[in-house]
Amino acid sequence: MANEAIPNLTAFDEAALEKAFTALEAQARSDAASLEKEPFRLKWLGRKQGLLNEVSDQWLKAAPPEAKKSVGQRFKTLKELAEGLLEQASGAGPTDASLKAEAIDITLPGTQRLTGAEHPITRTMNEIVAVFAALGYSVGVGPEVETDFYNFECMNFPPGHPARDTQDTLVVANQERKPLRDRLLLRTHTSPVQMRTMEQQPPPVRIVIPGKVHRNDAADATHSPIFHQVEGLCVDTNITFSDLKGTLDHAMKALFGSSVKTRFFPSFFPFTEPSADVQISCIFCGGKGCRKCKDSGWIELLGCGMVDPAVFAFAAEKQPAYDAKKISGFAFGMGVERIAMMKYGISEIGSLFAGDMRFLGQFA
Amino acid sequence: MKILTQWLRSYLSGLSVDDAQLAEDLTLRGIAVEGNYPLGEGRGSLYEMDITTNRVDAMNHYGIAREAAAIYGLPLKPLEFALLAPRPAASPFPVRIEAEDACGRFTARVLRGVTIGESRDWFAGAEVATYFALLEQKMILNAVDATNFAWLAMGQPTHAFDLDKLEGGIIVRRARMGERLKTLDGVDRVLDADDLVVADHRKALALAGVMGGWDTMITPETKNVLIEAAWFDPMAVRQTARRHGLHTDASHRFERGADLNAAPVASALVSAILLANGGWIEGELVDVCVAAFEERTARRKPIGLALSEVRRILGKTDDEEGIGAATVGGVLTALGCGLASQPPAAPQTSGQGMWKVTLPSWRLDLEREIDLIEEVARVYGYNRFANTLPAFGEGVKALPWAEKEAASRSVMLAAGFNEAIGSTFCSAADGALTAPQPGLVVPLGNPLSEEAGVLRPSLVPGMLAMIAGNLNRDVDDVRLFELGTVFGGTTEKVEERPSLGFGAAGSLPVESALHTGRVIDFHDVKGVVEQVLAKSEMRGMYFDRFPAEAGLTPEWLHPYRAARVVADGATVGWFGLLHPREAAARKLRQAVFIGELYLDRLYKMPLRKPVAREISRYQPVRRDFSLVLDESIPWETIDRAMAELHIPELVEWRVREVFRDERLGKSEYALLLGATFQAQDRTLREEELQAFQARVVEAVSKAGARLRV
Repeated sequence: MANEAIPNLTAFDEAALEKAFTALEAQARSDAASLEKEPFRLKWLGRKQGLLNEVSDQWLKAAPPEAKKSVGQRFKTLKELAEGLLEQASGAGPTDASLKAEAIDITLPGTQRLTGAEHPITRTMNEIVAVFAALGYSVGVGPEVETDFYNFECMNFPPGHPARDTQDTLVVANQERKPLRDRLLLRTHTSPVQMRTMEQQPPPVRIVIPGKVHRNDAADATHSPIFHQVEGLCVDTNITFSDLKGTLDHAMKALFGSSVKTRFFPSFFPFTEPSADVQISCIFCGGKGCRKCKDSGWIELLGCGMVDPAVFAFAAEKQPAYDAKKISGFAFGMGVERIAMMKYGISEIGSLFAGDMRFLGQFA
Repeated sequence: MKILTQWLRSYLSGLSVDDAQLAEDLTLRGIAVEGNYPLGEGRGSLYEMDITTNRVDAMNHYGIAREAAAIYGLPLKPLEFALLAPRPAASPFPVRIEAEDACGRFTARVLRGVTIGESRDWFAGAEVATYFALLEQKMILNAVDATNFAWLAMGQPTHAFDLDKLEGGIIVRRARMGERLKTLDGVDRVLDADDLVVADHRKALALAGVMGGWDTMITPETKNVLIEAAWFDPMAVRQTARRHGLHTDASHRFERGADLNAAPVASALVSAILLANGGWIEGELVDVCVAAFEERTARRKPIGLALSEVRRILGKTDDEEGIGAATVGGVLTALGCGLASQPPAAPQTSGQGMWKVTLPSWRLDLEREIDLIEEVARVYGYNRFANTLPAFGEGVKALPWAEKEAASRSVMLAAGFNEAIGSTFCSAADGALTAPQPGLVVPLGNPLSEEAGVLRPSLVPGMLAMIAGNLNRDVDDVRLFELGTVFGGTTEKVEERPSLGFGAAGSLPVESALHTGRVIDFHDVKGVVEQVLAKSEMRGMYFDRFPAEAGLTPEWLHPYRAARVVADGATVGWFGLLHPREAAARKLRQAVFIGELYLDRLYKMPLRKPVAREISRYQPVRRDFSLVLDESIPWETIDRAMAELHIPELVEWRVREVFRDERLGKSEYALLLGATFQAQDRTLREEELQAFQARVVEAVSKAGARLRV
């Protein structure tokens, strides 16, 4: 509320002063009747822009020395009046009718500054990484274009091994003349970062590796040539299979709720032994059986196992401390898309990579 | 793979659990029963199995029965087939293994006077007909049914030749370059010198371990048969199968390692079924073995196993005693291993188990101590191990740039951009258009499609595709960003860099019933770029552009509505309006703003650390200056002139408004400059302000502006 300014006072004789101050007193009385306590206080007694302040600033200061005393006395009277009126103003206030005239539709939607949405894959990856960070895991990353050596050979997929068939690989052009282990390809899993980490760092190692991977797979509702994994690796003296079980059981409970149960099945991965697939009790039906878990009550979620001694042997070429007779470790890996799709009820994996604003906006 | 429980139970007398329990127990031991379908009263169930590639030995009925025997500690019925005594042969059938590096064993049995026709009941009942019916396996001719039966029973490929079509004895050899063979699928094949074949003295008869030949196949007229049961080297079979684009049951098994000792057993089984329709055996089984292969398969050296190692790797079980010597012995013996105790190597391990373990011929996947440890854990049951946590190790290290990436992401999110993940690939044309370093685009050897022929050198192609996708679906307000890897270099050496791509079209992000949105423009996007950059400690950051003919602006950008971002002397990105040519090519009618920041360069700069300054207690004073400028003078000139005043009390200046109207000269525009003066230690006096104002007027006038009156 802008204050109307006080008039300029040009003459300081008694008559002029009387007229000016009387006008202000009348104004104060009228304001006290129409204004609520706080607006009245601001208008008259406000520290910076109150009318009394202005009177003191302009009239009192501008008064010639012979008129200063009179102006001062009249100012004091006006001030006391205003202070007295402030008490009265508090009682009355504006009428309900006058307020009602100012009514607005508060049911209209609020004006929102729309923020963007983090991608569900980023969000899920961060959640997984946070769970393992709390268990003492650092984050590791590696290149998306890898050599055959890191992607396959040192992960114990020897050249010509049938297990390579299960990971149809996208390769960089013009590699034929290179030795097999130097050929460039798009990593089919985040596992190569296990070796890259061990080559850099002697045990103990505890890392979690989020990343993008690629396979030459035909796209359908649940498969995409582009997808993401989170890999984990823990190596130290006396790391056991029961530690692997306990770690993943804890992680699954942290990710999906404390009532979730885990179940371990023998499986096969060239770079772990013993190897296991892990199922969690169905997060949709609690294990009773539903469409989502194909009535089994269980959902398969990740692969894991004890690091194969052959993998340690490769690591030991650069870091001799990876002696499979003295240390042991476990590794695990999970598909981020599958977990994100489960957590957020996404039915088509392709929708994660289409950039559709309507889809992405749901995750804000 | 389909398995009948009725067939399994024929090998396991005393198996008392029902089919559902058996399925669960097998699955928990890694012999996964994916589906269990009861077949009706007295017929048992059909299991749909999913067995991992390393357990090729368990991809048949007997192999699974062996697993069940190990789980329940039951005896397993031996595979023995009684055959009638053979009639003597003038001389043994000639068999020679010429390719001793590729064939480990070849058995040949001659059957004469056989009747080729429908399979008859067999010695132990009517299993062939019964089992095949339940498996929905078609009955063909007894010779084919017999080899199929042996395959389903024990996973050993066998083959029957029409003996009268053979010229001379069998030779297992490499094919001759250009040699021809018509295989059972009717395809005429030209062979390679690396192909392994089963041949007679004149010609190739079959692709060894992959597929039989057309000319020697069994027909209803066949009277005399040669039964082949052999062992071929995995790599040799794999190469032959690959070269001819064939994947058969036989090649699948041989590629993963067959059982060297199974050949004579399977031969006997096939012969027994065939002979049920009449005929006799001529001569003893001809059995040629290659010693080198025997040593690598059926007669491998025993391996050492220590109980202490079992416990070191596996850890605690729910049962407090943990894994003991009895468990280890029981499991491994049931799986076909032979265990011999050996004295402890060191005194401190005394009292614990130490064994020499001989390995079964059908488990070529068992080679090392760890393989045996896995078997113990597997059959004992993974879920009987305790859940323990390892002791906490060292401190957690975050990635050096993780915080910087998070800062970029948070700015983009706050600006209303949705995070997207686009394709890692783009077309060669888009790659050439958007590569920051011309020509450095890496093609793929086996791309998913032509549109995905190269590794993306920039996030722009993916961003354009996603924006177009939205606009084509009538989603008009688009704001997307992607944080991802882009690729440069060559096929010799690929370089990866982190990048931030973004694109926008339509209106600003306000969801409101009361205020209308505003169409997004260049400076909205520039504002976002500035905010991203402001997260880093920048030295000498500025935006510039080049005349179109300089050829320095990326071709995807409108040359006069785009800016280069420079910091620390390096280009850190480009952004602006999509070039109208590219917009037209992509059928985009809306204005699309797009850009990319090279995060590797941004990450070289430290994150800006906010430093608090004392807030002045004295009143700020704002003065506005209405300027008229020639169109050739950009704001930057005025901005620089203000900066060069170095008036400490000039705490802030900004453009309040830019406008053009007819009262101005033809190539002029008006700019309202707002300046704020404030001192830390006093209220500014009017005379001081007047002096500052005069200096501002002088400076902007020198820069080419005139005051509007």
